Amino acid sequence: MDFNDNAEEAAFRAEARAWLEANVPAREELEGLDEVEAAKLWQKRKYDAGWACIRWPEEYGGRGASAIEQVIWNQEEGRFPTPGSVFGIGQGMAAPTLMAWASEEHKREHLPPLASGEHIWCQLFSEPAGGSDLAALRTRAEKDGDEWIINGQKIWTSGAHYSDYGIIVLRTDPTVPKHKGLSYFFLDMKSPGIEIRPIKQISGGANFNEVFFNDVRVPDDQRLGAVGQGWQVALTTLMNERMAIGGGGGGVGFSQVFDLARKVEIDGEPAIRDRNVRAKLATWYAQETGLKYTGYRALSALSRGDTPGPENSIGKLVAASKAQDMASFAMDLLELSGAISDPAHAEARGMYQATFMGAPGGRIAGGSDEIMLNILSERVLGLPQDVRVDKGIPFNEVPTGR
Amino acid sequence: MNFEFSDEQNLLREQALGFLQEACPTSTVRAILDDDDRPYDDELWRKIAELGWTASVIPEAYGGLGLSYLELSVIAEELGRAIAPVPFSSSVYLATEALLMAGSEAQKEKWLPRLATGDVIGTFALGEGPGQPRADKLATAASGALTGVKIPVADGDVADFAVVVARSDAGDGASLHLAELDGVDSQSVGTLDPTRSHAKITFADDAAEPLGTHGEGWTTTQRLLDRAAVLFAWEQVGGANAALEMAKEYALERYAFGRPIASYQAIKHKLAHAYVKNTLARANCYYGAWALDTDADELPVAAATARVSATQAYYYASKENIQTHGGMGFTWEFDCQFHYRRAKLLSVNIGSEATWQDKLIGAMERDRPAA
Repeated sequence: MDFNDNAEEAAFRAEARAWLEANVPAREELEGLDEVEAAKLWQKRKYDAGWACIRWPEEYGGRGASAIEQVIWNQEEGRFPTPGSVFGIGQGMAAPTLMAWASEEHKREHLPPLASGEHIWCQLFSEPAGGSDLAALRTRAEKDGDEWIINGQKIWTSGAHYSDYGIIVLRTDPTVPKHKGLSYFFLDMKSPGIEIRPIKQISGGANFNEVFFNDVRVPDDQRLGAVGQGWQVALTTLMNERMAIGGGGGGVGFSQVFDLARKVEIDGEPAIRDRNVRAKLATWYAQETGLKYTGYRALSALSRGDTPGPENSIGKLVAASKAQDMASFAMDLLELSGAISDPAHAEARGMYQATFMGAPGGRIAGGSDEIMLNILSERVLGLPQDVRVDKGIPFNEVPTGR
Repeated sequence: MNFEFSDEQNLLREQALGFLQEACPTSTVRAILDDDDRPYDDELWRKIAELGWTASVIPEAYGGLGLSYLELSVIAEELGRAIAPVPFSSSVYLATEALLMAGSEAQKEKWLPRLATGDVIGTFALGEGPGQPRADKLATAASGALTGVKIPVADGDVADFAVVVARSDAGDGASLHLAELDGVDSQSVGTLDPTRSHAKITFADDAAEPLGTHGEGWTTTQRLLDRAAVLFAWEQVGGANAALEMAKEYALERYAFGRPIASYQAIKHKLAHAYVKNTLARANCYYGAWALDTDADELPVAAATARVSATQAYYYASKENIQTHGGMGFTWEFDCQFHYRRAKLLSVNIGSEATWQDKLIGAMERDRPAA
């Protein structure tokens, strides 16, 4: 066992770091730009130098790099304060789906502007009646000549308000069992009949939208996969979603709460002296390192040219709950002051309160805890699926709630 | 980045797994559980010694194989999976390790070759009754000879010698002593897991020789426990995976309300949680094995982290294995009890979960100066 790069990896890392050192935009350069403008500036710069979407083939705007090189690039880029990305869904989920299912012509047309950041894409999957049970979605598409006419509603669409294109799963035949009546398209988000309304979250932000479709027309040419094959195409996207979301914790981590416990007091002693505090901190630390070293194992597999094992899919499940519990505990350590979220007065500028309010979303987005547990038990442990009362029944005869 | 066992180490794992499936099925564990007169499976012990597992990390100069702690980690995981009823942890992770760390040349020459062949069994005597052992509370004293009561001493009723932690008025307050147990009053005591025997040893002016420097015994003990903790954690991870596997097999076979109970989310999620805990613990054990093998500065943190997560994982998997089996899991006839017993035994054997949590945070406090 060793933690070092091999010679090729080390050379690649050095090249990546040198380019980043010379090219990451300075703060002044980004002054006055909004989130999307700053992200586009940085993405275009990477693209022009051949550092965008590096795993993609060169003809689609990438550099044909290996999986381990992608990881090294991510690590190196992560060392720098770069503008946040608004391209995760387009590059991480739409693009792999296009690569697997789109015509050569569409790939050459749409992948390079995705890599360069010229186009932002969103994902129109979830619906009010189709979340964890995604295949129960109801938004209809009816064929009209060379076009389809879309009516219905999508929800939880991140970035819909600034996206140029969207990937969408639609019900094209309600008379067959639910998975068989779906088809998959991509569409122009500026199409007439699309109405986007932001959803305000409990955290106060509004990253999500409701998207309404009123007689929106999409060319049949923009269908990916056959009519009725939409579920299969959607699985390509979803597999990539779980990889894209991965172990991302964000917010409160062990170090912050450890430092806080040294600073605040319990019974006149630093809180860190308290056995209960120590026990909790130790447990969280072991979870945090467990995820980190599980990641190292995946890197080792990539480094050897193997596919990482399924153990990587535990990341989001563990990290989201841990962040929630740690934020809650940190606020307890602050006692009365735990209530303050005003950055001007709050400990750590309100990070604990912000994490606490954001964490419930983390436990739901990209597959709820319960869905992740189902996936682990079915795909990793090989346990049977739950009984499905809608199995084999035409979609329009399946019982529904409100 | 290479954070994996080598092909040779994985081959060793396959061999170990195959050997233990053959030589240590659960009927072997049960035979020791049901027979009060057999403290351990001496035939299995003999075979394990013949495979050279007891000689793994002993240098070739002392009759060992000179393998690394990564190989020993692989063996530990498989012994844990098999719930092996042998004094391996006492003799290899503790007694052998104590001699390697603190033994004089003469002591090493005398004991290591016979520890390597499994002809002698060693153990480590620390505890003196309820509560956390502390240097300033030790009653066992040595002035040429040893006096005091050590309880419980794992394998103390079958060991040929013990490394004994005794009070010292110098240095850190403790010294280590090597005591041959022939003629010493050693009585078996029943424990939670009868497949691992324990004893009460009463030293009454019995001969012992110092092991290591006088007044450095407590420091050496902590270092020894850190090293052993990684290997105990590997045993725990092996056991935790076996318990999960047992629960899974049963849940797939057992039907209720017309379908396998493995199709109910209440069961699926329980087992998925066990999988998550086991995966985290295994990853921490990888890091622990690396730190142990390279004697890294990170060892105290790495060992405690592996130990905490492995203890939690095995406890969860072993209790939920019984729960998944329902009433049958509570019967003597079923094997679920083996993991439940072993999980708790391993978790208290070298210090409880809370103790290792405390050590982990203590090591972090030392590593990271306060702001």
